Amino acid sequence: MTPRQVHSPISLRARALACGRGDTLLIEGLDLDVEPGAGLLLRGPNGAGKSTLLLSLAGLLPPLGGEVSLFGHDPEDGPALHYCGHRNAVRPRLGVRQTLAFWRDINGPTGLSVDAALERVGLLPIAGLDAGYLSAGQQRRLALARLLVSRRPLWLLDEPTAALDTDGHRLVASLLAQHLEQGGLAVIATHDEIELPALRTLALAARA
Amino acid sequence: MRGFLAVLWRDLRLALGGSGDVLTIVLFFVITGAITPFAVGPDQALLSRIAPGIVWIAAFLAMLLGLDRLFRPDQEDGTLALYRLADVPLAAVVAAKVIVHWLTAALPLIVASPLLAVLLAMDFPTFARTVVSLLLGTPALAAFGAIGAAVTVTTRRGGLLAPILIAPLCVPVLIFGVGAIAMGGGPDQAGAALLFLAALSLTALALSPFAAALAIDWGEE
Repeated sequence: MTPRQVHSPISLRARALACGRGDTLLIEGLDLDVEPGAGLLLRGPNGAGKSTLLLSLAGLLPPLGGEVSLFGHDPEDGPALHYCGHRNAVRPRLGVRQTLAFWRDINGPTGLSVDAALERVGLLPIAGLDAGYLSAGQQRRLALARLLVSRRPLWLLDEPTAALDTDGHRLVASLLAQHLEQGGLAVIATHDEIELPALRTLALAARA
Repeated sequence: MRGFLAVLWRDLRLALGGSGDVLTIVLFFVITGAITPFAVGPDQALLSRIAPGIVWIAAFLAMLLGLDRLFRPDQEDGTLALYRLADVPLAAVVAAKVIVHWLTAALPLIVASPLLAVLLAMDFPTFARTVVSLLLGTPALAAFGAIGAAVTVTTRRGGLLAPILIAPLCVPVLIFGVGAIAMGGGPDQAGAALLFLAALSLTALALSPFAAALAIDWGEE
């Protein structure tokens, strides 16, 4: 159905990366490589720095040392990554379809249509509802739909399965599988099991 | 352009969509003007002399009131972080927000200003000048406000800090704003004051999206 290799093959590389919050160093000397079609699961206890690492990879938090680079990415193509954090960026008083159409306009209509993306995450029947009425799990599904309307090769997901039901867990796994199959790459921080052959695991130790 | 318009419509819809924010700002503006006669006494000559200043102070304070909703709700629900990764330049997002801020926190004040003109015993020529000077000067207040809001968006209780930060920037706007209205003795310099006001607004509008975008980009997530 979907063509393979729809993403330009880029790879993510971090060398001697150190990141933390304020003066608190959480991770140091981290080297990581993620190739097209591969995913990296970040595991570790609460406070180990999974979210901080994702923010640093996304460029939202300046790293305390080392560097993060994206190989094969043409800056002309616009931003290469989607970040999906704890907060869903869903605002009451905007409709579900409106919210998604907004993100499509902001990030460019390079992926699925709004309705197709809503169908994929199972929100199409309530597309007209005010997004403020959604449950936590439905808001998370709406946030995931944002990744589908604009195509970007790198996904950085922070606990994507939080608040989702078992059906939602399967949805995340199938979205990831499809994304990786198309040549995308992903870094996922999670405590849940996501069973995919293309996923490697990186365990982060707790800091004393 | 498409993303710019999307932010514009979204924020307009949120600002006007039944939250009562706009009404609060307008009421604050009118009340500030309305209590002045009680504070300075019912001296009509005095009132009409200080009326331009009162209107400008009321407008300045009322616009500060709307400052906190410029970036803070977006920061709290994670939208601001996504704007930093968006296809649309952050400066364009800020520019759209400045426009929405002016439309929802300045334009309603100008529409409500006839009420203050009556309360403060303004004559019609003064009132007409007030409207012109508000129209030319408030865009600068909106633009400076956006810089203040952007700098303080990641600070807790930063909503109280932003007005203090931008007050010095807004002083020239108030000086020329009132100068464009006052019809005291001496040569009439209203024309020059209006030109200064327009220049201030244009400069502030052109620079503030970039300054605010820089502040947001440097702020920690």
